[in-house]
Amino acid sequence: MKIPIVRLLAVAALFAPLAAFGQKNGCIDCHDQLDDELKAPVAAFAADVHREYGLSCEDCHGGNPATDDIGLAKDKSYKGAPARGLIPVFCGGCHADAAAMRAFNPALRTDQLSQYETSRHGLLLKSGDAKVAVCTDCHAVHGILSAKMPKSTIFPWNIPQTCGRCHSDRELMAGYRIPADQVEEYMGSVHAKALFEKKDLSAPACNDCHGNHGAYPPSVTSVAAVCRQCHPSAGELFSQSPHKKAFDELGMGECETCHGNHRIEPPSTSMIGTDAGAVCVQCHDPGSRGFETAAEIRRTLDGFSAAYDEVEGLLGLARRKGVEVSDAEFSLLDVHTVLVSAENLTHGLDAAAISKAVAEGEQALGGVRTAARGAVDEASFRRRGLAVTTAILALFGAALALKVRRMGRLRRGEGSPGSPGPTVP
Amino acid sequence: MAGSLARDVWRFLDERFLISDLAGFARKKMVPEHRRSFWYFFGGICLFLTGIQVATGGLLLLYYTPHVDAAHESIQFIMGGVKFGWLIRSVHSWTANILIGMMFVHMFSTFFLKAYRKPRELTWVTGFLLLVLFMAFGFSGYLLPWNELSYFATRVGTDIAGSLPLIGPWLKTVILGGPEVSQATLTRFFWFHVALLPAVALSLVAVHVLLVQTLGMSKPIGERGKREIPFFPDFIYKDALGWTVILVLVGVLCVFLPWEVGAKADPLASTPLGIKPEWYFTFMFSTLKIVPAHILSIEGEKLAILGFLAGGLLWMLVPFLDRRARREEKNPLWTWIGLALAAYIVVMTVLTYTVPNL
Repeated sequence: MKIPIVRLLAVAALFAPLAAFGQKNGCIDCHDQLDDELKAPVAAFAADVHREYGLSCEDCHGGNPATDDIGLAKDKSYKGAPARGLIPVFCGGCHADAAAMRAFNPALRTDQLSQYETSRHGLLLKSGDAKVAVCTDCHAVHGILSAKMPKSTIFPWNIPQTCGRCHSDRELMAGYRIPADQVEEYMGSVHAKALFEKKDLSAPACNDCHGNHGAYPPSVTSVAAVCRQCHPSAGELFSQSPHKKAFDELGMGECETCHGNHRIEPPSTSMIGTDAGAVCVQCHDPGSRGFETAAEIRRTLDGFSAAYDEVEGLLGLARRKGVEVSDAEFSLLDVHTVLVSAENLTHGLDAAAISKAVAEGEQALGGVRTAARGAVDEASFRRRGLAVTTAILALFGAALALKVRRMGRLRRGEGSPGSPGPTVP
Repeated sequence: MAGSLARDVWRFLDERFLISDLAGFARKKMVPEHRRSFWYFFGGICLFLTGIQVATGGLLLLYYTPHVDAAHESIQFIMGGVKFGWLIRSVHSWTANILIGMMFVHMFSTFFLKAYRKPRELTWVTGFLLLVLFMAFGFSGYLLPWNELSYFATRVGTDIAGSLPLIGPWLKTVILGGPEVSQATLTRFFWFHVALLPAVALSLVAVHVLLVQTLGMSKPIGERGKREIPFFPDFIYKDALGWTVILVLVGVLCVFLPWEVGAKADPLASTPLGIKPEWYFTFMFSTLKIVPAHILSIEGEKLAILGFLAGGLLWMLVPFLDRRARREEKNPLWTWIGLALAAYIVVMTVLTYTVPNL
């Protein structure tokens, strides 16, 4: 029975744009003349992705759009607007039906409903809480845009705002005894900076860690797996480190223990070490082996970082003074890669491995330092050369000026007695 | 013995190159001296800067590679790897810009002193053609480093040429060597810059200088003073003083503001915001941007381009149009036209760099 329906929908999708020229739509005609919330669906639906595929009001709500008579329009097939708690099933009527979806967008997944049913939202809805998010809360109602459209509510840089509509509502969240500062915290994170400032669409928003339709807070044991999706190298090093066993035994999460969760700051060497800002001192007491290792790693990285900054400063100075240093700057990028790799090695807590990486980096940095110092010296040489040349040219110019003046005087017959007469014939 | 050899060499050369006759001509040649003779020196400065262009351009050819994969890198090497390469390239680029500025000053000073009047009409025409040729030098040379700015400025510039009525599309294809700025364009621009334009321009410079030397400097209309100074050595010494000042200025600019290499051109990148041609084209470029889309049902941009072409032609023919000047009479109309044109060029150039999005 399903096959004819699918075919019917497919044919409808293909011919709908043509048919739209010749056919009237009683739903749109009538609602367009109404006010406020009864008119709103007409305006919103104009840009809706379903409309692009040739679907119209009756495909979701049933009824007969061919008639102007409201009584006849609401015929046996008319379903009207679904109750809030039934919306997932209402949308899932098509979106959970692989055969139906194939007629429109074969690449679109059809497991949204089953995922939703396992999500925190879905479970609460099943328990009778109709306040939780359903499809329309995230995707909009009649103005649903493709996720690829930048104006879509689920386009990466709109997702924090979409989730925040509920999760930043302190009053609403108080009922669930969960904080309402996640979006605010996230907006201060390195991930938000990448997404919003660098416009890096691969940077994670809420859904990348929590899931989309199956959204659920990751448990302590699964946070590390979530982070490893993008940071496998750090994860692998951590798994080989002494921390792994200790964290597991203490029942502590991995990454978030040091980096936090929503407000993940840009990593820096200041996180390591034994001063007040370092995360190591949260667990390691002075005098302990861990405390000493942290101090040693910090010293090694700080030394390398300071040397890197010095060379970067020298190159910047030379560039500002007009010396071409792009080759040296390119080599410095390689050194920066070594610095980042050495910082990443801190996840493995192997001070010897870090020292070895830093030694290799310092060797590479030596060549760049020589080039940078040479460039600064070159800038000084140019200025000295200019001063000498200008002095010589000034002397030459002054001599010329005196000569011209003298010749003028001679021409006018103002020459000193005994001097040669004017040369002008 | 040495003195005798030197005399023999001198006699040998003199008999073949007629040096004594030329020296005699230079000694006898006189230059009028009056309160506006200061403006005479701009011609000498232009000639001096042209010489620097030829010398530095020749040296740059030793290392420059006219290929899209190597042009930018070769410029980077000249600026960073070649001993004094930064100086040679910076001098070449700075003097090119100063030269065009000086040519504008020279042209307008000649215009306002009415130095184009009979029998110096062709001196004016060759001078105007030299300005056009040096602007073409600038346009072709701007692309050679193959950096982002020059790439997109060339694209915008050739699009303008392509919008000319009738010959536009053909002209654009000829200039670019295809539909887009590519290797063919770089090859052509290089050929224009180092072969065709130098041959034509240096020939014209020779004609222009020959005309100046044979016809002498013009005195402004109404100038009754009869004071004169010898061209050699008095005038040459004064010229040399001006050249010395220019050299110091160029040296300071090159050391403190060496000409940038810029980011390598990426043909797949989108056009950067606010792309502009070299400053001496901006008065025309900005005019095209503000001209209405349609004027009397004709496309505004095309009309403006035709206007510039017609205006340039009229400007070149000024010596033949200004009949009163030919009769040694002052003509305020042409003076006002010249003032309006100079003001227009200055104002539009300043506006280009001061008004956002222009």
